[in-house]
Amino acid sequence: MQGTIQNRDAFLENVAKRLGRARKVQLEAPKWQYNPREEYLNGASQDELLEVFKKNGTGVNCEVVVTKKDEAAQAVFAGIKDFGGGPVITWKDSRYEELFGLGKLFKEDLPNENIDVFEWDYKLGRENIERANTANVGITISEISLAETATAVVYSDKDRGRTTNFLPENSIILVPKSSIVPRMTQATKIIRNKFNNGEAVPSCINYITGPSKSSDIEMKLVVGVHGPVKVKFIVIQDL
Amino acid sequence: MAIKTKFAHEAFKVRVKKKMQDSFMRGAVASATDTINGRRVQLIEDMGNWEDLRSHGEEIRRHVLENLDYYLYQFSENVAKNGGHVYFAATAQDANEYIREVVKKKNAKKVIKAKSMVTEEIGMNDSLEAIGCEVVESDLGEFILQLDDKEPPSHIVVPTLHKNKEQMREVFERKLDYNGSSQPEELAGCARRVLREKFLAADVGVIGCNFAVAETGSTTLVTNEGNADLVADLPETLIVCVGMERLVPTFEEMDALVALLTTSAVGQKLTSYVTNLTGPRREGDVDGPEEFHVVIVDNGRSNILGTQFQPVLQCIRCAACINNCPVYRHIGGHAYGSIYPGPIGITLTPLLDGYEDNKELPYACTLCGACTEVCPVKIPLHDLIRTHRQVIVEKEGKVPFSEKMMMKAFGIGTSNFSLYNMASRMAHGVTKPLASNGRISKGIGPLKEWTDYKDLPTPNKERFRDWFKRHKAQQGGSK
Ligand code: SF4
Repeated sequence: MQGTIQNRDAFLENVAKRLGRARKVQLEAPKWQYNPREEYLNGASQDELLEVFKKNGTGVNCEVVVTKKDEAAQAVFAGIKDFGGGPVITWKDSRYEELFGLGKLFKEDLPNENIDVFEWDYKLGRENIERANTANVGITISEISLAETATAVVYSDKDRGRTTNFLPENSIILVPKSSIVPRMTQATKIIRNKFNNGEAVPSCINYITGPSKSSDIEMKLVVGVHGPVKVKFIVIQDL
Repeated sequence: MAIKTKFAHEAFKVRVKKKMQDSFMRGAVASATDTINGRRVQLIEDMGNWEDLRSHGEEIRRHVLENLDYYLYQFSENVAKNGGHVYFAATAQDANEYIREVVKKKNAKKVIKAKSMVTEEIGMNDSLEAIGCEVVESDLGEFILQLDDKEPPSHIVVPTLHKNKEQMREVFERKLDYNGSSQPEELAGCARRVLREKFLAADVGVIGCNFAVAETGSTTLVTNEGNADLVADLPETLIVCVGMERLVPTFEEMDALVALLTTSAVGQKLTSYVTNLTGPRREGDVDGPEEFHVVIVDNGRSNILGTQFQPVLQCIRCAACINNCPVYRHIGGHAYGSIYPGPIGITLTPLLDGYEDNKELPYACTLCGACTEVCPVKIPLHDLIRTHRQVIVEKEGKVPFSEKMMMKAFGIGTSNFSLYNMASRMAHGVTKPLASNGRISKGIGPLKEWTDYKDLPTPNKERFRDWFKRHKAQQGGSK
């Protein structure tokens, strides 16, 4: 549905007038003289990128675990236990099973240990948010991952609730090794290319780099102010 | 709150004096700015190509300002295409009226906010409270200030810089029946519990926008707490307030500017959260707003376009200039009486709010140039501050204040005080006293009282008269 636009013409006329010219209706894409962002880790291999990701993802209440695909379920299980168990909330996403082999863990192993697993289901509406709010662990998947800062880029979708990353006490983000790029520069290029090829930009893109934190009280670092208190990135060696 | 804080009614000197008696504040300001600065400097060193990145930031911001109408058009088109509503607000009043309308239509009573300087600037909270809404600040620092009878922020990145944890505990006890300790974790834990309920119950969310991406109609928010995400994801209606200059062409330029911002603001390569919102939630989505409004605010900004002050609109509100300002360090944020303190504040406030009430601000500066050196988008701050003084002198026909008077008011001696020495050391060649006693002969206009040598705008050993002539010629058309 198309939204509304109010007061635009007068506003922009004024801007043009202040700039001392007529309204600009066409503009060539700018060519920049400087662009130093691309230099970083240019040409690095996937192994090198993983090393950098690991190094930068280790900090206060933030950890990187690297695992093979057939051991991913074990690693995620251990991660959940480390966080004190359930309840767990996940997206509805076939990649959990396809890429990481977690189907049995979510459907059998965790319930067998009395750990409740809730799968996001948009048909349930608001209940999803209530579940996320009471969950101890949220588990989501990174689309693009940034080595420089150990950042996961996650996209929203009807089956992939945004709040899965923000409401639970703890967060596990699954990172396919193949998704690691040097820094935000490459991620924005990937997203932009998709858009230019006609794909819609997700309504919400989150770049997540570690737990929620604040230094507003005497400049002391406090972790877990609003969102997750602890974050674990589990990198799956899918290459 | 508007651009003026509740301290603004007091004379500048009184404010400064009061604030300077607060020794905790001064210690806290010094140590906080040192901490942030230390991290910033370290990061820049590690980066290696910081100067190129600054130049890149500068070229992006300049290009956008030169073509601002184009990018605003493109941005608004794309927001609407995605189903969002765009309102162009020429004044603070327009913006507040629109926001009130949205809130009223929704019959909303509970509004939750994530830190946004623009909403402070337009005084949105008061405007919504006047129609019976509860407006809750969710940024931890802002939340504490709001609880403490709406104390104004003292810094644009760390708003609570002037307050110690014991004072915060006392506020929590008084307002939230808190009976825990003054440990930061415990205080934050209390805020988390209180605010979680507020997030879940809010009808309308209001957030700011660091960068608006024209190509996709997306907004960008950079935070460490994640509060802006809960504000954007939980209420049914979201209002994003955007300063009209905050545009970038595409996500790629956003990348460079986010890097400049997080490095300069907090000394982090990236904050915990960077979020791009593109329109309301999509079909089937459970979280995210059903209604997505973008309010683009002018409120005096367009008057700056096309003038010699245009570069101030390049600002990305990182506060690096503030953290490096010897005067700010000495007097703290509240003394400025504006929500924008420090070098950016004394440059921007008179432009947005007029000279009348703010003409002392440009004199709260030693023209040392430290701000200009650290600004990630290369705004020539101290030159603009000097230009302000020239404009004021021309308007008044005399020098209303001198920097020397100001420094005296701050208790800063000009002979041996370290601040002054540091400023002089850093000064860009502005050290040569005027040859004569200020009775400068013809051509100089009303500047005869301009005798404080630190005021002397002669950056390169050029003679004052020559400089002044050239300057007049440059300014020629704009007056
Ligand atoms: S003027 Fe420059 S240094 Fe100061 S807040 Fe703005 S961008 Fe940062």
